[in-house]
Parts: sequence; C-alpha cells; structure tokens
Amino acid sequence: MTPGGHSFLSSAPFRSVLLHGSIVLLLALLFGVLPEYHSGNLARIMVLAVYAMGYNVLFGYTGLLSLGHALFFAAGMYGLGLTMYWLDASPAPGMLAGLISALVVSAIIGSLALRTTGVAFMIVTLMFAQAGFLTILLLGEYTRGDEGFVLQQADRVLFGFDLTQPAVRYASALMLFSLCLALVAVLVQSRFGKTLVAIRENEERARMLGYDVLRHKWLAVIVSGTLSGASGAAYALLFGYAGATFATVQYSIFPLLWVLLGGAGTTIGPLIGTVFMFYLIDISSQFTSAYLLIAGIILILLTLFAPQGLAGVIRKRLIPWLP
Amino acid sequence: MDFGPHLFLAMLEGAITAAVLALTAVGLSIVFGIMRVVNVAHGEFFMLGAVLAWWIATIVGGPPALGFVMALVFAPVLTGLLAALADWLVLRRIHYDPERTILATIGLLYVIQQATLMTFGPEARPVEAPFNQRIALPWFEWGADGFALIWPWGLGTTTYKLAVIVAAVMILLALWVLMTRTRIGLIMRATQLDREMAVAHAIPVEKVYAMVFALGAGLAALGGVLTVPIQQAHYLMGGDPLLLSFIVVIIGGLGSVVGTVVAALLIGMSDGIISVFFSPTLAKILATLFVAFVLIFRPQGLFGQRAS
Repeated sequence: MTPGGHSFLSSAPFRSVLLHGSIVLLLALLFGVLPEYHSGNLARIMVLAVYAMGYNVLFGYTGLLSLGHALFFAAGMYGLGLTMYWLDASPAPGMLAGLISALVVSAIIGSLALRTTGVAFMIVTLMFAQAGFLTILLLGEYTRGDEGFVLQQADRVLFGFDLTQPAVRYASALMLFSLCLALVAVLVQSRFGKTLVAIRENEERARMLGYDVLRHKWLAVIVSGTLSGASGAAYALLFGYAGATFATVQYSIFPLLWVLLGGAGTTIGPLIGTVFMFYLIDISSQFTSAYLLIAGIILILLTLFAPQGLAGVIRKRLIPWLP
Repeated sequence: MDFGPHLFLAMLEGAITAAVLALTAVGLSIVFGIMRVVNVAHGEFFMLGAVLAWWIATIVGGPPALGFVMALVFAPVLTGLLAALADWLVLRRIHYDPERTILATIGLLYVIQQATLMTFGPEARPVEAPFNQRIALPWFEWGADGFALIWPWGLGTTTYKLAVIVAAVMILLALWVLMTRTRIGLIMRATQLDREMAVAHAIPVEKVYAMVFALGAGLAALGGVLTVPIQQAHYLMGGDPLLLSFIVVIIGGLGSVVGTVVAALLIGMSDGIISVFFSPTLAKILATLFVAFVLIFRPQGLFGQRAS
C-alpha cells in the first residue's frame, strides 16, 4: 500500500522468512531447554513433519486426497535401508538412493493414478500402497517383512558425525526439517505453487486459462512423494530401523490426520498437527493399548467441526496472511 | 491327493468364501449405490457381527444351536442400529460429502476396532457351529477296471459349510425381494435414481439413508456371524473382508447389485484356488493391482455399462 521500507516489511517474502525463520530458531533453542526424552521425541516429530509437509503439498495445496502415501514413505525408507543393509553403502549414497526410489515410484504412481479423480483417486492410491506393502512382505527374504531390519550403529556415520548421538540426531532432523520447510515456503509463493492452488480451487477454470492441469498435478505428486520419501529415508537413518509396519494403511492415514489437525494448505500446519497428534498418542498409550481410538475420534471430530484445522483457525481469526 | 480332488476341494472352499463375500460386498454396494458414499468402516461391521455373535452365544448358553440362532437374529440388528446411529450422528451432519465421508468412516473404523479391543480383548474366540457333521465326498477315477468312484482321504466338507452357502443364497434372494417387490425397496430405488425428485415426492431421504446404511452394515454383520464358526472372532478380522468387498464392488461395477454378486463368485473362487496353489500374498497383490487398473482404465467396472 505505502511505498518504501514499510511495504517490504509487510511483503509476503519478508513475512515468510520471518515466520519460518523463527520456527526454526525456536526448534533449535528447544533442544537446550527440553529434557532428553522430549528432545528425542521432537527429533522424531521433525522427521515425521517432513512427511506431513510432503502430504500437504498434494492434499492441502493441490486438493488431491491420497490414501497411499505410505508407499512413498516406504520407498524412501527401503531405498536407503536396503542399499545400506545389503550393499554396505554409507549414509550419503543411501539417502540419495532413498530419494531416487521415492521419486521414481511417485512419478509412476502419479502417471497412473491421476487418470482418476475424487473417490476413485483415493481408492487407486490405497490399492497401490496396499500392493506395495504386500510386495515388501512377499520379498521377505530381502526386506525381513514384518520383522524389519536394524541399521547398525557403526554404519550410521554421516561425514564423520555419529547420527546415533542425541545432539547430532536432533541437529540432522532439524536441518532436514528446515530445508524442507524452506523448500515448501518458497514453492507455495512461486508461480507453480499458485497454479496448484488455482487447480485446487477450480480445476476447470485453471484449464480454461491455459494451464496444463495434468502436468502440474503430476509434478505435485512427485514433489509430495519425494518429500515423503526423504522423511522415510531419514527416519530409517536416524532411528536405525526399517520395517513393513511403515508401509501399512495406518501410515497413509497418519499424515492425513496430521495435516487435517494442523491445517491443510498452510506451511506450518503439518508441524503443528504432528506435534499434537504425536503427544496425544504418546500420552494415551500410557493408559490403554487401544490408543488408536484417539486417532479415530479426532478424525471424526475434525471432519465434523473443523475441516480447516488448527492453523486454519489461526489464519481465520488471527493472522490472515498465514502462508 | 491328486490334482483333481485337490482342485475340487479348493473350489469348494472358494464357494464358501464367495458366499460370505457376496453378502458383505452387496452391503457395501447398496450403500454406495443409494447413498453415493464409500464406507471404509464396512469391514468393522463384519467384525462386529462375529464379535457380537460370540457375546450373544456366551450369554445365552445352552445348546450351540440356540445361541447361534439368537446371534443370527440379534447381531445384525444390533450392528444395524449402531450403523444408523453413526449415520445420524456423523454422516448426516457432513451432508454425505463423498471425500469427507471417507475420512469420517476411517475415524469410525478406528473407533469401532479399538473399542472392541478395549472390551472384547485381543484374543481370538470361537463360536460353536449349530451342527457340524463331516461329509466325505467321492471322486471318480479311470482305473484298471474302468470308471470307479473313490473316497480320497481329506476330500470332504462339513454340513455347516454347505449350510453357509445355502443361507447366503437365501439371504440374497430375500434382499432381492425386498428391493424389487416391496414399498420400502421402491422408495430406496427411487432415492437411488434421483435424490431431488425423491425429496420432491415427500420421501424422507434422510431416514432412507439411515436405513440403507443400517441394512448395509447388517448384511456385513450377517457375513460375520456366518463366518465365526469357521474362523474365530478377532478385533482385527475386518481388514480382509473390507479389502475383498472393495475389490468385488469395483470389479462388479459400483452400485450394481447383480454385478457385485457375479464378481463375488469370481473373486471368492479365484481367491480360494490361487491361495491353495500359490502364495496367498501373491494372490492379494495381483487382486489389489487388478482393482487399481480396473478403476484407472475401466471405471464403470468389468460388467458395468459405460455412462453416456
């Protein structure tokens, strides 16, 4: 509105840098404050929040509801895990293998599943993920199926840093998280991100305006799937375990829950949702083995009363410019 | 056993799977056909049928037949009431929006499953069949003396398993009569054809929806009750029927009851046969991929007509 410095201070890029920068700073400071149990949890949450952010690119910004993201998470996890376990690769090439495998899998699934829309898209992604999970079980000789396999502590050393040390692990999780947060923050402000939102709001209109809708959706699936895969690979690397549980339907539902709870279509929603859900389950599992009851109740309540999630409420009531 | 009798046995087991599957899948199919929503919690209604059958049989006591008959009547009714309640409390409030309904029924799936875990526990519990005589089945052979009937060891079934097939056929016939020969069926079909027009003709669509949802759940529960003497009741047993019903409903053409029954026979039989001769995991992988590709390249189902 007004020229000069003021307009820069209230401009979208500046606000975006300020908001996301302070979140990263806050997370870095928390490590010094929190007791070890909670900082360990937070490292896990940051890695899983990357999964949620990846899911959010497709669900929140593009408006495509997938029920099969566990396939991409598992593609990253096994891409890293299998190369490290069977080929004795070190973490850096392992990570690269995880990213490439998630990228390839999401490119293939995207090109097939995007021929459908709506409910059919949900079921097709669910079926592909189920087929992926069953394939992991079928190839139990290499993947150790349900039991999974452990990555040895001695192998989990990246550029001389021992990733099993709590401080190093926390720093690595934070670095991955910050990198992905920055990526998503830039992406949603870019032309590409705005086009995705346009497709979400009105696909026909976006097509009429001359955008190649299918291509944009396909790229969104790839970005979303690769971020999910990065999270899966980092999870295996930092916590030393890969197993078929991470490929089950439940792990496709989780990012959906996190994003819905935190606020779909916001950059900070996935982190908020993951933190809340993680601690809700952590606390309730101390009282009952039926802790997933909480997940079910929250999912129903969210669908009924707050489809826009926590960050959505913040955006509506407090900070209308929330990206 | 030779290949022939073995295949015969696999087909017999497949027919039992197909009978139960047809009931469960038709439940899912009428819910989709009339209400236009996908019920992800459908497998949990199947599980509830089995678990409630165990409760009822335990409470009633006495001869197994008495408990089983009571379960056959009351388990589907109770499950149906619960489904109607869920419809009234949740689905009605989100106006049966397709995507939000899927989310809500995923929530419902967890709530039912975990509530069962908290009350029924993690054990698998059996229900005794009302009757269970073994029947040895004959097989023919061209021996040295020409054609002869033999009774191979292991080739046989039980009276209960045959009764499941008969019961499923009878229930499906009753459903067909309900849908085509009664006023309530007419109202359901009218709602399916044109919701707006049904409202205009003073059909209480919301009540019809609650009833259809209950009917669908009741059919799944019936499948569960019929299964529980063969396979024990367990809180996680809803997963497979859900997946198989999805496969059947999609291949049969979404919303088509006849297509669903035909597809149930096809899938039930082939699942039985493939699982006996190959790895059951491979059979499931092929089935799920098959469904995905049917949805991608032939969304109207294998037996459905292309929408104009």
